[in-house]
Amino acid sequence: MLEGILTGLSTALSLTNIFMVSTGVLSGTLIGMLPGLGPISAIALMIPITYGFDSASGMILMAGVYYGAIFGGSTSSILINAPGVAGTVATAFDGYPLAKQGKAGKALAVAAYSSFFGGTIGAVFLLLGAPLLARFSTSFQSADYFALMLMGLVAVSVFTPKGQFLKAISMTIIGLMLSTVGMDNVTGTQRFTFGQLNLFDGISFLLLAMATFALSEALIITLGSQHDNYQAFLTSDLHNLKVSKKELKEIAPTIGRSSVLGFLIGVLPGAGATIASFLAYGMEQAFSFGNTKVKFGDGNLKGLAAPETANNAASTGSFVPLLTLGIPGSGTTAIMLGALISYGVQPGPQLYTESPEVFWSVIISMYLGNVVLLILNLPLIPYIARLISLPQRFLIPFILFFSLIGVYLVSFNTFDIYMMVGFATIAISLRFLEFPMAPMLIGFVLGNLLEDNLRRSLLISNGKLEFLWERPITLAIFSITIIILTFPLYRFIRSKLQTKNNL
Amino acid sequence: MISRNFIKYWTIRQVITIVTTFLLVSHYLIADTQVHRLHFLIPGGAGGGWDGTARGVGEALTKSGLVKHISYQNMSGGGGGRAIAHLVKTAKRQQDTLMVNSTPIVIRSLQKIFSHSFQDLTPIAAVIADYGVFAVVNESEIQNWQQVVTLFQNDPSQLTVSGGSGRGSMDHLVAALAFQAVGEDPKKVRYIPYDAGGKAMAGLLSGETKILSTGLGEALEQHRSGQIRILAITANERSPVVPNVPTFKELGYEVVFINWRGFFGPPDLSQEKVKIHSKTLKKMFQTPHWEKVRIRNGWKNLYISGEKFHNFLMQQESMISKLMKELGFL
Repeated sequence: MLEGILTGLSTALSLTNIFMVSTGVLSGTLIGMLPGLGPISAIALMIPITYGFDSASGMILMAGVYYGAIFGGSTSSILINAPGVAGTVATAFDGYPLAKQGKAGKALAVAAYSSFFGGTIGAVFLLLGAPLLARFSTSFQSADYFALMLMGLVAVSVFTPKGQFLKAISMTIIGLMLSTVGMDNVTGTQRFTFGQLNLFDGISFLLLAMATFALSEALIITLGSQHDNYQAFLTSDLHNLKVSKKELKEIAPTIGRSSVLGFLIGVLPGAGATIASFLAYGMEQAFSFGNTKVKFGDGNLKGLAAPETANNAASTGSFVPLLTLGIPGSGTTAIMLGALISYGVQPGPQLYTESPEVFWSVIISMYLGNVVLLILNLPLIPYIARLISLPQRFLIPFILFFSLIGVYLVSFNTFDIYMMVGFATIAISLRFLEFPMAPMLIGFVLGNLLEDNLRRSLLISNGKLEFLWERPITLAIFSITIIILTFPLYRFIRSKLQTKNNL
Repeated sequence: MISRNFIKYWTIRQVITIVTTFLLVSHYLIADTQVHRLHFLIPGGAGGGWDGTARGVGEALTKSGLVKHISYQNMSGGGGGRAIAHLVKTAKRQQDTLMVNSTPIVIRSLQKIFSHSFQDLTPIAAVIADYGVFAVVNESEIQNWQQVVTLFQNDPSQLTVSGGSGRGSMDHLVAALAFQAVGEDPKKVRYIPYDAGGKAMAGLLSGETKILSTGLGEALEQHRSGQIRILAITANERSPVVPNVPTFKELGYEVVFINWRGFFGPPDLSQEKVKIHSKTLKKMFQTPHWEKVRIRNGWKNLYISGEKFHNFLMQQESMISKLMKELGFL
């Protein structure tokens, strides 16, 4: 194994491959920054170019584009509330409020650090445990996935800020309901498509996020007064990247926790970066429940660091099933798998002994890629952050253009544009009534997997409910869920007792 | 000064004249062997199977010089239905458009998911084929297809079959077909759907399901690396990439299922155009450029064109429709 690592090291550090990883992460960041444009089409278009390269260089390039895009996706999430990729939707929850408060520079810096640590810690895990982790990625069955999704849903619902509970729950339910639109995979029937061919494939997650976040935000700004808070940016410390020591101390444990969680979720072929970012967000809410000064959703640094760390760790983790089992967990990794096979590289448990130069060099290139990303992004932040100090009459059309184009370029379907405008209109009225949008997106993204895995478990168990406790993994996750559920109750009792004692 | 400019002027003019003449002449010289331009309509997004087929074929056609210029248009939605509707609606101006498609178009036409059917279009040619396979994990006690049959006959409810698409779709139908050929009720097959081939594979490896019904292309890597064992294939003859896997025919069952990928033209395309398009595709098979693309993707050649392709499709349709009726999907 050590020999393999050394081979990988020398391959990864060759001049060509350093160039590949730099080019990959650079183009990935740029693609990620553009709202809606994900790494999938970029990698698909890049494949023909990579046929001239040797397999290690090709994989290093594509991997760079992949995690580079997830790195860069946070920028547009934070600055204009328009998620660059699906994995950075959760970044907007606290990142955008921070930018609105004039702390865009700080938010971008925290995102960059979190992404860097998430990616690097993920790469360490990958280097140390990839062969072993392969077993972990096939240890999860449908029942376990169901329990995991349920836990995520419970975590985000239980820890909603006071006074918003009912609104948050109803938005979560709307999200769950929206996730049922489209062809039902189990019976093959269409649900809530109203005979509309365009709804057959369901509603795209990115479309929903763009409509309810970017589009509705842009329109709300236009509806607001001329002297809105955007003008405050001109005087604020927009370019200030400084994260104080105290703040670093605050987010350090968050980054630690989220990178482990994110990585493990990424290793599972049935989840991925998006799920990882939402679960990390939920977990962070649970951990800091009751002792936060800034509410989650109002610009909490932990709320920004958690999903940003987790999505990068997860994108690194997704290389475990890809390389060691030949199983893609997402569309992007599916394309990479296709490329890998066409290079003549055989993914599977033997990959790290048979093609060590590919296996280890890709992993080692990730360290390098993350360093390049950090060096590349930090000096650029002051300039990128200045974007939002643009006068509204330039900024708003810019946001509208990019979010609409971003969604259109994925599906090439004008119906999606109408649907987006429709969702944005509904979202605006709901936001005026102070309904939070984030729980809806969480419900939507977890809902799909929740239903799918529950129904599959029921099919496998022949309709019996034993699958809920038969497997140790399922049982463990359910136990944690129950502990999470009792959290508010416990705090409630404790605070009651304290007030009693004080009296 | 004036004379020098004059010379320059003439030189440039001469160069332009010569180049234009050459281009015009060469155009006429190669005009009858080269199609000027084609437009590929892809009913799915970038990176999918249809996309890969269209762009791979396009690469071979342009690099070999059979077609001068190919443009691509991705149009996803409605499980491919939106692209079909588009092709039908704008047929008049789509004389040089080819839409890539595959077996699911037959299934979805039967299910009436589309506003149109594949029969509204003009079949041009199939170009590649994949076959259905059944696989178990390497540690499984099941060694061959015969054991699967015995297990099924003992207790069909114990035999979970996973696949990478919903009920009533290809993976399920192939499984139903295989058990029907054994003489069993295809309705008794316990099919467990996953939303992607990779996830169905992960389900099999996790021990959640007993056997996996999938395409050879999607199981090949895991078979080669020894994680799974392919028990049988629905091809007419053994596949050179997995020479040790028996066909159903060898095992004594009449199960042949070809998942083709090919091209369609707009409705009522003239016979002349059909000939030109199918000839162009046929010529492609002889080029080294296609061989490169084919090997790179692990595809298997399957060329059926024109009337034959139409008959093949009708035959496949009647087989699937019969099966789906028995399963209660129609």
